[in-house]
Amino acid sequence: MSEINIKKLNKTSLRAYIMIAVLALIWLYFHWATNSIFLTSRNLSNLMTQMSVTAILAVGMLMVIVSGNIDLSVGSVLGFAGGIAAYSLTVMEYSLPVAIVMAIVVGTAIGLFHGLLTAYLNIPAFIVTLGGLLAWRGAVKWLLGGSTIPISNETFNAIGNNNLPYSFGWILAAVAVAFVIGMAIKSASSTKTYGLGEADYKGELLKSIVPIAVIVGFIWVMNSYQGVPIPVLILLAVALFGGFLTTSTTFGRYLYAIGGNADAARLSGIDNKRNVVKVFALLGALAGVASLIFTARVGSAAPDAGTLKELDAIAACVIGGASLVGGRGTIFGACLGALIMASLDNGMSLLNVRDFMQDIIKGSILVAAVGLDMVGRKQG
Amino acid sequence: MALLEMKNIVKEFPGVRALDGVSFTLETGEFHSLVGENGAGKSTLMKVLSGVYPTGSYEGEIIINDKPRQFRNIKDSESAGIAIIFQELSLVKELTVGENIFLGKAPSRYGVINWSELYHRTSGLLADLHLPIDPRVPVGSLGIGQQQLVEIAKALSKDARILVLDEPTAALTESEVKTLFAILRKLKTRRVGMIYISHKLNEVFEMSDRITVLRDGKTVGTHNAADMTRENVIAAMVGREVGNIFPKREHEFGQIALEINNLNVYSTDSGEKKIVDNVSFSVRKGEVLGIAGLMGAGRTELLMAIFGAWNGRFSRDVLVEGKHVDIDSPADAIDCGIGFVTEDRKRFGLILEQTILDNITLAGLKKISGSFVTSRSREAIAAQIPMKSLRVKANSPMTITGTLSGGNQQKVVLGKWLLTNPRVLFLDEPTRGIDVGAKQEIYAEINKLAKEGMAIVLVSSELPEVLGLSDRVIVLHEGRLTGEFERSQASPEKVMAAATGNN
Repeated sequence: MSEINIKKLNKTSLRAYIMIAVLALIWLYFHWATNSIFLTSRNLSNLMTQMSVTAILAVGMLMVIVSGNIDLSVGSVLGFAGGIAAYSLTVMEYSLPVAIVMAIVVGTAIGLFHGLLTAYLNIPAFIVTLGGLLAWRGAVKWLLGGSTIPISNETFNAIGNNNLPYSFGWILAAVAVAFVIGMAIKSASSTKTYGLGEADYKGELLKSIVPIAVIVGFIWVMNSYQGVPIPVLILLAVALFGGFLTTSTTFGRYLYAIGGNADAARLSGIDNKRNVVKVFALLGALAGVASLIFTARVGSAAPDAGTLKELDAIAACVIGGASLVGGRGTIFGACLGALIMASLDNGMSLLNVRDFMQDIIKGSILVAAVGLDMVGRKQG
Repeated sequence: MALLEMKNIVKEFPGVRALDGVSFTLETGEFHSLVGENGAGKSTLMKVLSGVYPTGSYEGEIIINDKPRQFRNIKDSESAGIAIIFQELSLVKELTVGENIFLGKAPSRYGVINWSELYHRTSGLLADLHLPIDPRVPVGSLGIGQQQLVEIAKALSKDARILVLDEPTAALTESEVKTLFAILRKLKTRRVGMIYISHKLNEVFEMSDRITVLRDGKTVGTHNAADMTRENVIAAMVGREVGNIFPKREHEFGQIALEINNLNVYSTDSGEKKIVDNVSFSVRKGEVLGIAGLMGAGRTELLMAIFGAWNGRFSRDVLVEGKHVDIDSPADAIDCGIGFVTEDRKRFGLILEQTILDNITLAGLKKISGSFVTSRSREAIAAQIPMKSLRVKANSPMTITGTLSGGNQQKVVLGKWLLTNPRVLFLDEPTRGIDVGAKQEIYAEINKLAKEGMAIVLVSSELPEVLGLSDRVIVLHEGRLTGEFERSQASPEKVMAAATGNN
């Protein structure tokens, strides 16, 4: 089993290493260019908060893309779900939990609806969600009467703006480190249990040094400023959940199978339609979650909230190695892609790069990243 | 001077040497047949000739009219006067006959197509071949035979000097075959050289000047047709006793494992056209039931419908071990203990970019790995069993299936279904395009499974395979059951007669 694992690691990890290297280069460049502002705990904390909305959407988007579909509507759905939350709190004067549940339920229902149209009526996802992009944007404008609804509920706004207490951050770190060590021990002992070789506790524990360092380093950096931002906490939870779904469940495996070869998947007994509906509903739910952070951060719901967010999410997936044809991509890659995009945004803003120039640079980098990937793949 | 000369062609795929020093010549105006079992290398040789496998991907020389030629793609070979009509038609069904014939070279000025000239020239071509086909109808609305003739018209519109026909009559009716042969004879008088690939030896003898036999990627010999007999050719093709690669089974059958009553399958295109017409049959535990028939007879559709995977309308009554069952989806069929090794492994069987482990556990994933949370370790252990028993040659279960040879890919598909613990196993063209060694291993596995009491339904276009493996053979012709033979009574002649509707 250990030999098997290494083989798998090399294949998928090479790409991840390159991306991490690219990210490091971007960070070092911005740190140098901004006279050592970029890599401060304050800026990194902001950067992480800024990426959280895109990254949460990217987690859901990745699963949709892996299944061979696409969702162009998430920006509008985010806007609409955020509008529902604000409307519930301020106009309807519902309690906070009700407003939060409403936003997520509405997001899920819209995703479910898009999924049903795609899977059972065979309307291409591109068309369904392009329609959704327009229709749900219209729905927000209608709901909000064309104006911005400010939210005065401090607890709600805390979702987007507050931080965990330092002690809580360290507890989180301790739990995560314990989990990593536990997994390493389990992985080593299962090698023996299943008769696939001797348990290699030392090797497995050595392998967990890097993740542990990252966890401790991350909490340390966040605590050096104001503590772990709540949006980042939510993102971590979503990313772990997405990673678990894609790598360790039948649902995840079916998504890769459907995207890789829909006919083969169907003939192997997989209910392609049902799984496609599920994955759209899941992305809708995550759009609802992201809408809470987005709305809370600015403290109001605006008719244009979330515009173009779908493209950021798709770009994050693609930079992270997902194939738009389906069947390939990882949650880790999508989150790294979102981090790269957010780093570019953040760094260029610090450098006062003009708005239009930022767009041109980001667009070019997206195309270049995929282009390089294609060239590499052909040769490999 | 030969019109075409291919010298010492060697073409290798991962794990298989598909062509091993094949030489072949074609004279002007000659009708030269290329025969051999499936997998002997005929189609591969023609793909080398047509540039589908570009120069550099094989060894050897192609000489046309004394000039060595190197084709990088089909366009190159077309401009050298070579036209190939493949088994799978390469027409665009939505386009009209005229559009198809002039696809990529429509008469145009400044990029604007001159439609009247296009249809005028198409009419001329069709009239020249005495084909009563309207150039303005979509190709998809024509019968398969007429489509074949359109394909030939298309080839001729390119001034082909060398015409390759790969199993052109597989799906044609007798009268369509006559029309085709009349046209081919006319082409001979126009000094077109023709390479004819077919399993139908009576056609080969009817038309050929010379016959070349290929076996396992090597030329067995080239002879004048007049000097050969059917028996000579078959012996050369097979090169061994047909019997010995099919190990004998001596065991009793058990109770009826699967019974199908009144199976009707309708076309996905037009709801009323029946592809399978009121077929009933059953298979016992430990029995291998062969289903023979020509291309388009409805064999695959029959299996698809029983399995709940047919996209169009169908109706049938299914009994598994004597009990009525409702099968509305492949998942239902798997739950009932039916496995289905589908045809065309690349299209229906495998996710080529994924690993062996991912593929082999896919159909039985919930049983093997867990109903929601999966375990790679459990999967790896389960996968070892079929990988060992079928002798899948790969470095590890983490090898990407797309990099495997055809035989190993086929074993992965078979392994995938064995991991669902089926009681009834459907095999649709289980040995197509794989090397002889892998074939024998799959035959041995089929025998082993039958001996262990599995009921097996085998569809194959290779008659020797159906006859060699089956305890009983049923024959389909245009969707209807036209024959049923016990192993002792089944002969190639009887089965072919039933398959062509001539019994």
